[in-house]
Amino acid sequence: MSILDKHGIIERSPTLLFIFSLVVVSIGGIVEIAPLFYLQNTIEKVEGMRPYTPLELAGRNVYIREGCYLCHSQMIRPFRDEVERYGHYSLAAESMYDHPFQWGSKRTGPDLARVGGRYSDEWHVRHLNQPRDVVPESIMPTYAFLKTTPVEIKTIKSHLEANRTVGVPYTDDMIANAVRDLKAQVDPESDDADGLIERYGEKVSVRSFDGENKVISEMDALIAYLQMLGTLVDLNAYQANPNLR
Amino acid sequence: MAEKKIDEISGVETTGHEWDGITELNNPLPRWWLWTMYATIIFSIGYVIYYPAIPLITEETKGISGITARGELMKEMAAHKASKAGLVAKIEEASVEEIAGDTELKRFALSAGSSLFKVNCVQCHGSGAQGAPGYPNLNDDDWLWGGDLDAIYISIAHGVRYEQDDDTRTSQMPAFGKDELLDRGQIASIAEHILKISDFEYDAEKEKEGAPLFAENCSACHGKDGKGNSEFGAPNLADALWLYAGNRQAIIAQVNAPKHGEMPAWNSRLGDVAVKQLTVYVHNLGGGQ
Repeated sequence: MSILDKHGIIERSPTLLFIFSLVVVSIGGIVEIAPLFYLQNTIEKVEGMRPYTPLELAGRNVYIREGCYLCHSQMIRPFRDEVERYGHYSLAAESMYDHPFQWGSKRTGPDLARVGGRYSDEWHVRHLNQPRDVVPESIMPTYAFLKTTPVEIKTIKSHLEANRTVGVPYTDDMIANAVRDLKAQVDPESDDADGLIERYGEKVSVRSFDGENKVISEMDALIAYLQMLGTLVDLNAYQANPNLR
Repeated sequence: MAEKKIDEISGVETTGHEWDGITELNNPLPRWWLWTMYATIIFSIGYVIYYPAIPLITEETKGISGITARGELMKEMAAHKASKAGLVAKIEEASVEEIAGDTELKRFALSAGSSLFKVNCVQCHGSGAQGAPGYPNLNDDDWLWGGDLDAIYISIAHGVRYEQDDDTRTSQMPAFGKDELLDRGQIASIAEHILKISDFEYDAEKEKEGAPLFAENCSACHGKDGKGNSEFGAPNLADALWLYAGNRQAIIAQVNAPKHGEMPAWNSRLGDVAVKQLTVYVHNLGGGQ
């Protein structure tokens, strides 16, 4: 009797069958998933990528909570039609601080990977308030309530900590100043704005995003996040040729 | 194995398994099926050799084809560019006026500009370029920053009040009410004067007070007769076209604490050729000067 004739032993024992199925399935996982964690060319080396500021992270949480990803992708694939419409194809490096990533798989609305800077803040406020005011053909729901909902400030520190646990390089300084940085980003006159810039870099936009200063609203946070999308990596310094894959 | 057991009725060999007298026929797999499976196995070997496939220590096998998704895109973009090379190169060289003056280049620019407009501009200016409150109509001849080819080119290339571009168009009307440069009564009188020059009904008595105030505070940018000045992006106040709204309340609100529109700079996003094509398209919409 050769070894192949012994399959009856596995087939008659549910426990053995389960264990061996698991072994077979994990081989697939090890071959297809595990290499992405150690292959050096998984994530391109780029300039300009930084962790999200507390306000942007809060906006990102609003984006996830409202299910924006159900209709909007954040992944410009390397095809001519996409590149001509949305801009440079997305790089892996651009979502390396995303936990979880927001690539999405459904485009009822347009891709948002490079929406940052494409519209004015005022346009975003009007569009979130009533999308048909600016795009009559739009079928997007209204998100007017974001402007009157204060952003949740007291948990922001733990959001930074949680992100650090999964590998986002937030420093102790960033975590200790999370609340201060969040408030400073909507108030260019505050003394803390300098600290924010020092921690997160020159390119951080500091202004009132929703156009009013009474309360730091979820709309402030969401627009800060949208205006940052796709603008971090310096694409002029990005070398296409060594990064072909 | 023991001797073969043959099912009497069908004459087919059985597996030898038996349940309550029922035996299982051991029909072979159809030949075509088996050979197809062997073929796919052989194909997969070729596939793994030809395409990038197997992860190794520091990087994956590249495959003898050297194909990459990003590389294919670069080739496709280059081929597309080459297919239009003659025209694109000419547009690169030419000024917007030369493009508009050349029949072939103009036709090319118009069709490219039309699709660029649909992708990038309709979100604010509307799918018919009809504009929306705060976003100018591009079909008419009322231009904030000038309606000739060069002026349109600069507006599109560098944007309006777009911080990231050093050459962006910028101007800021003072907030006469909010910053307490004028009191409420004075602003109301100025509004009456504006209503007068734009042919609305107005309060003659207040207007008398408003006219000198207008001359003093507003005419530097909007002109003595309120016809505007495209050098400062100051709108014409003496016509029937309004960026926000043409009524007493809206005029007072705008003098009190003006809203300022913004437009991104498209040169850095789309490149010079696309901006030139858009310029010719927008100029051609109807209001170009």
